[in-house]
Amino acid sequence: MRKIFSIASYLAVKEVWRNRGRFLLVSLVIALITLLVLFIAALGEGLGNGNREYISKLDGELIVYQAKSDFLIAASRLDRNRLNSVRRVSGVADAAMLGTANGNLILSGDAEPLKVALLGVEPGRIGEPAVAEGRQLSTDLADEVIIDSNTAFRTDLKVGDAVTIRVTQGTKDEFFTLQVVGISDGQQYALQPAVFVPFYTWDRIRPKSEAEVNLSNPIANVVLVKLEDPETAAQVQQRINSQVNNVEAATLKQAIQALPGYSAQQSTLNTQGGFTLFIGILVIGGFFQIQILQKVAQIGVLKAIGASNPVVAWASVIQITVVTIIGVAIGGLLALLFSLTFPPTVPIVFNGTTSALALVALLLIGPLGGLVSIRYAVRIEPLKALGLSS
Amino acid sequence: MMINMNSSALETKAVTKTYQTDFGTIQAVDAVSLSVAAGEFVALVGPSGSGKTTMLSMLAALLQPSEGQILLDGVDLATMGEKERVAMRREKIGFTFQANNLVPYLSAVENVELMLRLNDRLDKAGKLRARELLARLGLGERLHNLPGQMSGGQQQRVAIARALIHNPSLVLADEPTASLDTERAYQVVETFAGLIHEQKRAGIMVTHDLRMVEYVDRVLMMRDGKLVQIYSTRDEIMGLARGGKH
Repeated sequence: MRKIFSIASYLAVKEVWRNRGRFLLVSLVIALITLLVLFIAALGEGLGNGNREYISKLDGELIVYQAKSDFLIAASRLDRNRLNSVRRVSGVADAAMLGTANGNLILSGDAEPLKVALLGVEPGRIGEPAVAEGRQLSTDLADEVIIDSNTAFRTDLKVGDAVTIRVTQGTKDEFFTLQVVGISDGQQYALQPAVFVPFYTWDRIRPKSEAEVNLSNPIANVVLVKLEDPETAAQVQQRINSQVNNVEAATLKQAIQALPGYSAQQSTLNTQGGFTLFIGILVIGGFFQIQILQKVAQIGVLKAIGASNPVVAWASVIQITVVTIIGVAIGGLLALLFSLTFPPTVPIVFNGTTSALALVALLLIGPLGGLVSIRYAVRIEPLKALGLSS
Repeated sequence: MMINMNSSALETKAVTKTYQTDFGTIQAVDAVSLSVAAGEFVALVGPSGSGKTTMLSMLAALLQPSEGQILLDGVDLATMGEKERVAMRREKIGFTFQANNLVPYLSAVENVELMLRLNDRLDKAGKLRARELLARLGLGERLHNLPGQMSGGQQQRVAIARALIHNPSLVLADEPTASLDTERAYQVVETFAGLIHEQKRAGIMVTHDLRMVEYVDRVLMMRDGKLVQIYSTRDEIMGLARGGKH
């Protein structure tokens, strides 16, 4: 085997080197495919992350929705009674209200107001993000906010700054001035930068219809649940569904899948990535098939002078692998260089695992695409290739 | 017809090759028996369709006979499996073809060394031998040229070096002068013959250019798959050579 591999490597590398212009062109095509696949994967990751970031970083296991809300946070309405009922379910360590709404941050100068996700959370409970800078929210009624790093990046707001939020209540625009007390890591929600407000303050400043303006009983969208033992998520989920009226509980994974447009967006991008890989297989397969057809006589000579089929096959495999590795390396490097030029507001995230999976898939497309040509090379008969057959 | 010589490197016994076609059975080679001694250079001639290329393919272990025996150094090629035949081609046989002889992305010396690589015998001495052989063939200045940078005659000489470098028992040449002008063709065959005699190999050349038989020791003529005539004296051979092409 060592001998076969040694001769095959020698032949493969010599051919690639002596025809480096031609092989480099194929490597560049693979590089472009790599660039495209990596960007599609990064876009999928960026968009997905923008949608699910807050939910996926929650220090909890379950989200409780109003029954028949199809796990849509915006469609769910839960009052304080439900929260108390959830808290009483065995296995629940902590539960807290979460209210979601949209608002506009009024920025100084001529800057356009920034649309943000206005999230009402209970200070000191699940749902309130940990701050990287500043302090946590103090009370449920405090005129304070925690902004996530995306909001901070886009607004230049710092801990201690006052921030004005504009919302529509009834038919009027209302302006509320709150103080930034902390900045958390990235916590985007529904592709928007996030601003966290104490729950009762949130209920006071959130956009309301005319009918809601004078309601005194605060209504949240969902209840976030932290369990005593995360391993019991399925059992507690069942218990909540059966013991609390008019609610349905979901795991974080189910909740993420149910985010509006999330699954459709991810499957679209995954399909695009898959098709790009498929095109890659066809391109590489086509190139190597044409190349094998052009060197039938040459392979015939090799076989006639005693090169075995494994030598011929391994030479093709090594050649295809070398060309693919060079292409993927160039494409990966280009993707890295391009990614450095994008501002953080562009939803492109090069996640290590996703990129590694994409790179492995790209490294496999070469040998996969070349399978037909390798089979063809092995089946070349020296007699026919050399014109010696009768 | 049977030709016997002492110390035969190659011996065939009633070798037959038949093909089944839509029009019936075709006998491409019909019970040919011959032997070639080490150090003997033989020409296999005959008109198109006489079976000489099929015979050469069987001698080269590229094609299995339908009947008969092909003994190379006493080992029968006719009963071997594909793997053993590949090993025989690599170790015991040297081959030059009409065209497309060389691996285009290997230089002259790399093409010659390839036979040693395939046999796992490429050492310092082998590398030196490859260079010396090419130098003897007048290619000392062309060692690192690729086939595309050499003339047809030079390429044929590289192929001859490759066919001989691994000390095979049998050296086969299929129309080695087909793509060469007359002067180059004579040079190539003369060199080939000289090396076969000197290195004591059994050599067989298939050609339809009878002028080239001037340098061989015997001429075997085939017609309709049969061995019909043998020219073994110098006068007979030179007479045939003066006759020109088939």
